Amino acid sequence: MLSKRIIPCLDVRDGKTTKGIKFKENIDIGDPVEMARFYYEQGADEIVFYDITASSDHRDIMIDVVRRVAEEIFIPFSVGGGIRTLEDVRRVLLAGAEKVSVNTAAVKNPKIIADGARAFGSQCIVLGMDVKKVEASDKIPSGYEIVIHGGRTYVGIDALEWAKEGEKLGAGEICLNSIDADGSQQGYEMALTPLISENVNIPVIASGGAGNINHIYDVLTKGKADAALVASIVHYGTYTIRQIKDGLHQRGVKVRMRW
Amino acid sequence: MIAIIDYKAGNLMSVKRAVEKLGFACLVTQRQEEILNSERVIFPGVGAAGKAMADLRHLGLDKVLKQYFEAGKPILGICLGAQIILDNSEENDARCLGLIPGSVKQFPLPLFSEGNERLKIPHMGWNGVNLRKRHPVLEGIMPTDEFYFVHAYYPLPASDEYVVGTTGYGIEFPSVIGYKNLIAMQFHPEKSGTAGLRILENFCTWDGGFGHVHCLGDASSFSESA
Repeated sequence: MLSKRIIPCLDVRDGKTTKGIKFKENIDIGDPVEMARFYYEQGADEIVFYDITASSDHRDIMIDVVRRVAEEIFIPFSVGGGIRTLEDVRRVLLAGAEKVSVNTAAVKNPKIIADGARAFGSQCIVLGMDVKKVEASDKIPSGYEIVIHGGRTYVGIDALEWAKEGEKLGAGEICLNSIDADGSQQGYEMALTPLISENVNIPVIASGGAGNINHIYDVLTKGKADAALVASIVHYGTYTIRQIKDGLHQRGVKVRMRW
Repeated sequence: MIAIIDYKAGNLMSVKRAVEKLGFACLVTQRQEEILNSERVIFPGVGAAGKAMADLRHLGLDKVLKQYFEAGKPILGICLGAQIILDNSEENDARCLGLIPGSVKQFPLPLFSEGNERLKIPHMGWNGVNLRKRHPVLEGIMPTDEFYFVHAYYPLPASDEYVVGTTGYGIEFPSVIGYKNLIAMQFHPEKSGTAGLRILENFCTWDGGFGHVHCLGDASSFSESA
C-alpha cells in the first residue's frame, strides 16, 4: 500500500533558505544543503525547493545548490521558482533534481508542461498552483482562482479547470498551494484540496497552512491529499518529521516509518 | 568498473552519484566496448518503452545487453530497465529485449484500494516490497522498508520463478524480478534512502550467482560512510 508523503519545503533566495509568511518579510534561516540533509536523515519522503531569487543573474547559485543537494540526499527532490523555459527545466534536472515545478511559466505558456513532459517524462513535471478563494462566478465556477506573483495578480483562470488542463497537458503531479492558508498555521484549505484531488487522476500535494499534526492528518484523510507540504512547523522546530510521522502512524495513516 | 548504460532515457546522474557515494567506480556510457568490458552493468530508464527500445536499437545496445547477459556478468535493471528486459510491452505495443520471458502490463483502470478508494496512476511514492524469495541483492531488506516508485506499467514475467518480490497497489504486482545474473526492480533504489543504497551496495558486490550472500554489516552505517 502506498504511503502518504511528508515533504518539507525550503524557500531559497540567493542560495540561502528563508521562510515566507504570506510571502512577505522573509527571515533567513540557513543553508539549503544542510537543511535538506537534516530532513533526509529525519525521514522526509521528498524535499521541495522554491527558488525565490529575484535576479536572474543569480540563477546559477540555485543550480549549484541543486548539485550539492543531489550529492547528499538519496530521495526525490523538486525545484520550483524561476523555471521559464525548457532549457531551465533541463538544467535543473541535469543538476540532479527529480522533478521541476512550473507555476507562473505554465500560466503564461501552458505549452511548457507538454514540452517538458514530452522531453523528460510526466513524472518530472509538477504543476504548481497558487490559489485564492473568490466569489464563484461564470468565469470562476469553483470559487477558486489561480494567482501569480506570490498572490498579487489574479489571472482569471478557474483552479479546478486549470488542474484538469494541467493533467491533460502532461503534468505528473500537482502541488496545490492555498495563498489564503499559507503561513497561517491554521490548517490546510480543506474545501479546495479534495475538490482538486478527487477530480484529477494524478497525485496532489497539499500546501499551505500546516500548524499541527491534526492539520496534516485532516488533509491526508478528509482532504484526499496524496502528500503534505510542511514548512514553518518543521523549520522552527515545533515538530520533527519523526514526530509528525509517529502521530500519523498512530492514527492509522500509512506513512514510511523506517529509513 | 560499473557501466551505467546511457541511452537518453532519464536522469542517470542520480544513479551515478549514489554508486559513487557507496565508494564504487562507475561510468555513464553508450559505447559498446566500454559496456562489454565492464565488470557489471546498471540499466536504468525513465520514459516510454517504444522510444527506449528504438534508441537502444539505434545504438546497437539491444544486442550488447543480450551478449552481456549471456556472458553471466551481473546486470541491474531499474524502472523502465526492469520492464524492457521482458519480451514485449503494452506501452507503445513495443517488442522488447526478451532477457526474461513475459510482458509489461498497464495497471487496470479504474484501480481501487482495499478500502475502496480510487487509486491514482502513475503509482507514485513510497511503497513496500513483499519478498517471495531470498536474493543476494535484497539481503538485509526488511518487510517494513519502503522504496520510491513512479510508473504506470509493471513487469509481468511468464512464470513465478522469475518473481523475487511483489508490491500491492490495487493489485499485487511483481516489483522485483530476476533470472540468473539479472536482477531488476520497478522502484528507484537510488532515490529510496538507506534501504535503496543497501540494494545498490549489495548489487555492486554481487557475483551474479545465488550461492554466496555477502556480509554487509548494518544498513544504518551507510549514511555515515563514504
